[in-house]
Amino acid sequence: MSGRFTRLFRRLDGEGRGALVPFAVLGDPDPATGARVLETLAAGADALEVGLPFSDPVADGPTIQRAALRARQTGTTVARGLELVAELRRRHPELPIGLLVYANLVHARGLGSFYARAAAAGIDAVLVPDVPLEEIAPFAEAARTAGVAPVLIAPPNAPENTLEGIARTGREYTYVVTRKGITGVDRGEVDPSATVVRRLAQLGAPPALLGFGIARPEHVRRALATGARGVIVGSALIERLEKEPASLPDYLAELRAATILP
Amino acid sequence: MSFVPPAPSPLIPAAGHYGEFGGRYVPEILVPPLVALEDAFLRHRDDPSFRAELDELLRRYAGRPTPLTRTRRFLADTHTVLYLKREDLLHGGAHKTNQVLGQMLLAHRTGKRRVIAETGAGQHGVAVAMAGALFGKEVVVYMGEKDCRRQAPNVFRMKLFGARVVPVASGSASLKDAMNEALRDWSESYEDTHYLVGTVAGPHPFPAMVGAFQRVIGEETRAEILEREGRLPDLVAACVGGGSNALGIFAAFLDDPGVDLLGVEAGGEGLETGRHGATLARGRPGILHGMRSLLLQDEEGQVQESHSVSAGLDYPGVGPEHAHLQATGRARYTAAEDREALEAFVALARTEGILPALESAHALAAVAREARDEPERARLVVVNLSGRGDKDLGHVAALLDGEAGR
Repeated sequence: MSGRFTRLFRRLDGEGRGALVPFAVLGDPDPATGARVLETLAAGADALEVGLPFSDPVADGPTIQRAALRARQTGTTVARGLELVAELRRRHPELPIGLLVYANLVHARGLGSFYARAAAAGIDAVLVPDVPLEEIAPFAEAARTAGVAPVLIAPPNAPENTLEGIARTGREYTYVVTRKGITGVDRGEVDPSATVVRRLAQLGAPPALLGFGIARPEHVRRALATGARGVIVGSALIERLEKEPASLPDYLAELRAATILP
Repeated sequence: MSFVPPAPSPLIPAAGHYGEFGGRYVPEILVPPLVALEDAFLRHRDDPSFRAELDELLRRYAGRPTPLTRTRRFLADTHTVLYLKREDLLHGGAHKTNQVLGQMLLAHRTGKRRVIAETGAGQHGVAVAMAGALFGKEVVVYMGEKDCRRQAPNVFRMKLFGARVVPVASGSASLKDAMNEALRDWSESYEDTHYLVGTVAGPHPFPAMVGAFQRVIGEETRAEILEREGRLPDLVAACVGGGSNALGIFAAFLDDPGVDLLGVEAGGEGLETGRHGATLARGRPGILHGMRSLLLQDEEGQVQESHSVSAGLDYPGVGPEHAHLQATGRARYTAAEDREALEAFVALARTEGILPALESAHALAAVAREARDEPERARLVVVNLSGRGDKDLGHVAALLDGEAGR
């Protein structure tokens, strides 16, 4: 399967760049503003990761929790969230889009049905942060059946057999977590260990995107120095949106400049 | 008599699955610490020195065995013979202490210096704070902001034991959100921190491990009722929030098909009002807090808030083994409404001189209802009186005042 992410990585290799992948919660702070935010991100980045707001986002820190709460309070349901993606897809036919969704939202709908709806909305890849490798089989199978790439998370403490499983099961990209804990900017130093990235590459895993705590250009450069093919920027970006939304294009440009490989 | 279940315990199912329920639905980073915890539990549980130390703690610190009291007046108008398993007399005032001591000892022996926990009513938090003081651990208890206000005396008790209580304002600011926050803490801190889950819920191995440490309730009950009545009970009943006290007493009777097992959930203001905590009655399969179980949720899978007069039953999920026992029909489940629980609370006080926890009063209410429905039916019944009602006095006083003023 050669999807939009794969094509993006191929193109960026030619340009000597890593991928800048912003993360936003769908419908944050409300559906209309959220749709405009997605446009801004699409204009200033290489791919997007978007999240469906869930009542109990256990892998997320306070910033993304706030975003999910705002989105739910202003009426972003699963159906509305997927509509926002479908609108984005119509305007950006080649933009790689990953979806982050908690297990219960997938499960409640029925796995096959959920992945089919995600595919219909134009989503390329789905990451379920509270389903680890040992429970992933039915999710990954439903994803592939619908023509969606299953994406797995590789944390810094993953043992060898987990990395092997991730390499075997994942498609399009691998979400490599740079440190322990949950999403958020000021929750400890980012230490992008090159070991996990290198080992995943040796095992033939999908390209590594590094996430958790990436906020500044030097974080981007350090992350790419590990051999990762790109970075995911979530909480830092949402904090921008909360405080000075007008600065978003400049912020993206600043981060994107740091994706040029030395 | 040993208080620690004999090894190997049949309560550890393969990969933590109970039929279609259970499992380990957590961020990948928590899998290695959960695997390490499972290994540690299996290793230490079979270690004679661990078992001896836990026995000693349960006996001489917590006050086991607890009595089995035959009621004199509570159901005197029926042919039901009712015994109460008096977990209310355990140190700390509830059955929580049993498994907290087990996990705290495990944390100690595996070199954890810090222990975190979630709590709803505060009973579990108090037990953890108490045991943390005993073992010299740094204790952090996550508690919904709303519950902190509702259960202020327990917050004070935890602080007296030296614990730090962190109010959780996210989500519904109650037990489920406290559990989310504890899981988030553990994702970062697992190297030196034990997460001491308070019930038979959460990711594997917690349901199995907590169940194994609570099994002592059922083992004692079974031995004593056989000794005193010369036979097994017809019915064993317990309240179910997450389900640890129920599983603890059920465990020893699961292989006795003649013993009817009854779990009683929070009926709140009535199942038809939607304001209740009756997950087994009204929940659908879902994934939350590391497990696949039944869950109160809306159509698209957002988790709903539960409601109950008793904070300890106010949880939108339930332990996976209960979901399985309901599915196989080995146990049956019913609900008692707030009003019925309150009546049973007062009735037990007036007829037996015992103040039950509002949680336990749900089990009493359901048994009283069945007994009065068939007053001529002679049955030998045991109710797990999982905790004492002192913590509920302020709450009950306010409720009764409200009724008197109406």
